[in-house]
Order: sequence, then structure tokens, then C-alpha cells
Amino acid sequence: MRYSIFSLARNALTHHQHWPLAWRSPAPKPRYDAVIIGGGGHGLATAYYLAKEHGMSNIAVLEKGWLGGGNTGRNTTIVRSNYHLDPNAHFYEYSLKLWEGLSQELNFNVMYSARGVLNLVHSPADMDAAMRRGNAMRLNGIDARFLSRDEIAQWIPNLDCSANARFPIHGGLLQPRGGTVRHDAVAWGYARAADARGVDVIQQCEVTGIRVEAGAVVGVETTQGYIATPKIGIAVAGHSGQVAAMAGLKLPIESHVLQAMVTEPVKPVLDTVVTSGAVHFYISQSDRGELVMGGDLDFYNSYAQRGNLPIIEHVVAACLALFPSFGRMKLMRTWGGIMDMTMDGSPIIAKLPVNGLYMTGGWCYGGFKATPASGWLHAYTIAHDQPHPLNAAFTLERFAEGRVLDEKGAGPYPWAH
Amino acid sequence: MLLIPCPWCGPRNQIEFTYGGDATVQRPGNDAPEAAWEAFVYMRDNPSGPHDELWLHSAGCRSWFKLRRDTRTHDILGSARMGDELGGESP
Repeated sequence: MRYSIFSLARNALTHHQHWPLAWRSPAPKPRYDAVIIGGGGHGLATAYYLAKEHGMSNIAVLEKGWLGGGNTGRNTTIVRSNYHLDPNAHFYEYSLKLWEGLSQELNFNVMYSARGVLNLVHSPADMDAAMRRGNAMRLNGIDARFLSRDEIAQWIPNLDCSANARFPIHGGLLQPRGGTVRHDAVAWGYARAADARGVDVIQQCEVTGIRVEAGAVVGVETTQGYIATPKIGIAVAGHSGQVAAMAGLKLPIESHVLQAMVTEPVKPVLDTVVTSGAVHFYISQSDRGELVMGGDLDFYNSYAQRGNLPIIEHVVAACLALFPSFGRMKLMRTWGGIMDMTMDGSPIIAKLPVNGLYMTGGWCYGGFKATPASGWLHAYTIAHDQPHPLNAAFTLERFAEGRVLDEKGAGPYPWAH
Repeated sequence: MLLIPCPWCGPRNQIEFTYGGDATVQRPGNDAPEAAWEAFVYMRDNPSGPHDELWLHSAGCRSWFKLRRDTRTHDILGSARMGDELGGESP
């Protein structure tokens, strides 16, 4: 059923008792033309674009838990494309363009809100770096504006822009088209749209092995039995290394825990996304009114999906230094997600060195905003058995070749990106 | 909070420490092939379970040491000075 004002009115007359399920829950078939491992945003988007752009509908998405129960439901919903290096800038800008039309594309309201993403700068050196990045963005056709301290103070009155703030604000780099998207809706919208094109979305089906014969994949072992397939796409975020190891591969990736937290809901107090690289902090207000915030990794390898208190204390301290008036609010929840941190801080969307095996991963903190373009390019790479120009730089081989995409210049220390 | 047992100073709060990554990677010889250097610089086992790692007691004795920690639970299984072997469950 197409969602519209008419379907809403029709179902209102029957007290909303007869809405059809948004997607089926089929049993797995013995064979598919392609299998996508991971039913988060990236896996579901891959399946959707394989069906829509490449005419492949005999495909399955296998999810070990429930749809969007991993990082799709754990991120802080921010989308932006304010990157410096060309491959990253072009890729994330393509993603942002897909976000702008995604609700119409999927016939599902993903609540894209172009409220802007403001990167605060706190020193003259910080300002030079932000100006340089802003100019690089504009040369790549991406919107960027530098705001003075006075402009920021007028726009965001509860931000401490005074000269004696703990971290004095010198200005900020704004990407007006950046903003937020309702994260769960992304998984649900892609699942529904993929299902409508014949994709089998199978939950509670964990992949336990990848069968490789003569250097090519032939199928996957799962908790619901063996499934034969000539093409496998891996879209499992923090567990990329674990799944790639099933095919005998090692990746330049470490898994780290990143925490986020929300306060109790309040009336609108913040109508943009504010970030500060200097204090490792970002904050926005959800449509429910909660202040959503986060900061740095916990800085040690983890698969635990929960972190420790020192980082929470750091995030809250940074919040109060920037927004003293938020000090009376209560923190409601904290949680952690497992980031697949690559050695250069940039993703891997590529054909792997086993025939028929592909991956989209190594997302570091950037996975959510990449969802549509990641799925689009992963699907392209699977369908054509070669990358699109937009993901040609995101190979696994770039590390051996010395073509790393190190946006921060932090070196091969995954927790430093 | 992690209570990290520094082999020189005893158990201390995690905020005194800096993480140094996988302790099992070995620097190859100067004439080793490129693949060995790629493995050393970039490739990691990234285990889900016991992980041998390096930590620096940066706000304490300033010594590097080895720690064995379970990445699924954050349980600490043992620590050792740099030249010594780690005890506890093997990775």
C-alpha cells in the first residue's frame, strides 16, 4: 500500500485496524542471486538499490537480531557532508543529496531536517583549519558558510559565546544543508521499499559461516540453514572483521565503542546541530525534545555495546562548558555502539579478494549519514563486480598501496580518527 | 570504570592511562617483504574476546605495559611488564 493522505484517511475510518504489515517475514529460500549480511540501514539500502537500480529481486537480507537494532538505532541521527578530502567530500555529498529526496523515494517519512550543522572553532589555528575545509567544500560544490562569533551568539542564545567562556568561541563553520534524520525510519523505510520489490528481509537469522570454493563464495551457513548464493555483501558495521574472517580475510579495522546519551525531553531550545572538535562534543535536540549528545570513543577495543563513565563525564562537562543553562537537566539514558574504525578513518566499500564477496564497512563515526550512498554504491559494486567512480578510492588495497584517505592526518591508530 | 592493574603501581582508575593498541603485532625485519609491513602497520585480528593490548600509565609511572582484557565484557584478565608473559585466559 502506498502511504498518502488518502490511505491515512481511509484507515482512520476503520480505526487504523487494517493497515497491512510494512514488510513480510519470509522463510529463507535455498538459493538467492545475492545475499546481504546485516539488516541495518546499509544492508537494507544495498538490497533496495540492487532491486531498483540493477533489477535483482531474488535477493535476501539476513539480520541476526531485528532490523535497525545495531548502529542504525544507536547513532545520533546527524547527516552532513563537510569533508575535506575529495573522495570523502564527493561521497558524502552524494549521500546528502540522496537524503534530501529519500522520503519521496521510499514513500516513507524519514524526517530529514536541514537544520544545519555548526562546527565551532575555538582558536585562530582552529579557524584556519575550518576556513580551509570550508573553502575545499565550496570548491567541491558543497554548501559552507563561516559564521562570526556575533552571528553565532545571536542565533544560539544559550551557547556561551562570552570572552571568558572555558573554551572561547571564535566562530564556526556551518553547513546549512546538514541536519538530522529519524534513524529508525531509515531502516524501516528501506526494508518496506525493498520488500515491495521482492527482496526477502529475514530477521533472527545469524550468519555463522561463509562457504568458499576455488576462491569464490558459494553460500552462507546460517542459524536457519544453508543458503546458496554466488554474491555476498557484508554490511555489519562493528562486526565486519568477524564476518570477513569467515571467508579467511583480515581487515585493517578495529572495533571500538562510541557512547551517546539523551536528556529528559524539554521544549525547543536548540534548532541546529552544534559540534566542537576542540572539546570532542556534539549536540542536537530530537523532535521529541531530548537533547542528544555524544563525544569521543572510549579509546579501547570493544564489542560490548556499552562504555564507561569517564567519557560520559567528559561529554557532560563539555556540554556544560558550552551550554551552562543545560546544567539543570537530567540525563535519561546512555548507550554504546560498536564502531568499525579503519586505520585511516575512511570507509571500505569494495570488492574483497574472494570472488563474489563485497563489503561496505569501516564507517568509523560516519556510518549513519553515509547510509543511502553506501547502499547505492555497494549495490553498484555487487551488480557490476567493480566499483563506481564514487567509491573507487574506498578499496581494501589502498593501505598496501599507500593511498590512505586520512582526513585527520592521525596515522594508523584507529581510535584516533 | 575500568580498574587497570599497572604492573608497577597496582590498580588505578582508567583515566590515568592511555591506550596503545594490539600488543601482539611484531615489527618485521628491515628486509621483510611489503606484505609483512602492511600486516604490521594496518592489519589487526580485532578479536571478540580476550585481547592482548598495550597501555601507557601516562598519569602515573609513565611505563608501557601489557594488559589482557575481554573485549565482550571489558573484564581485565591480567597485566604484565613489557618483557614478561601475560597470565590469565589466552586469546
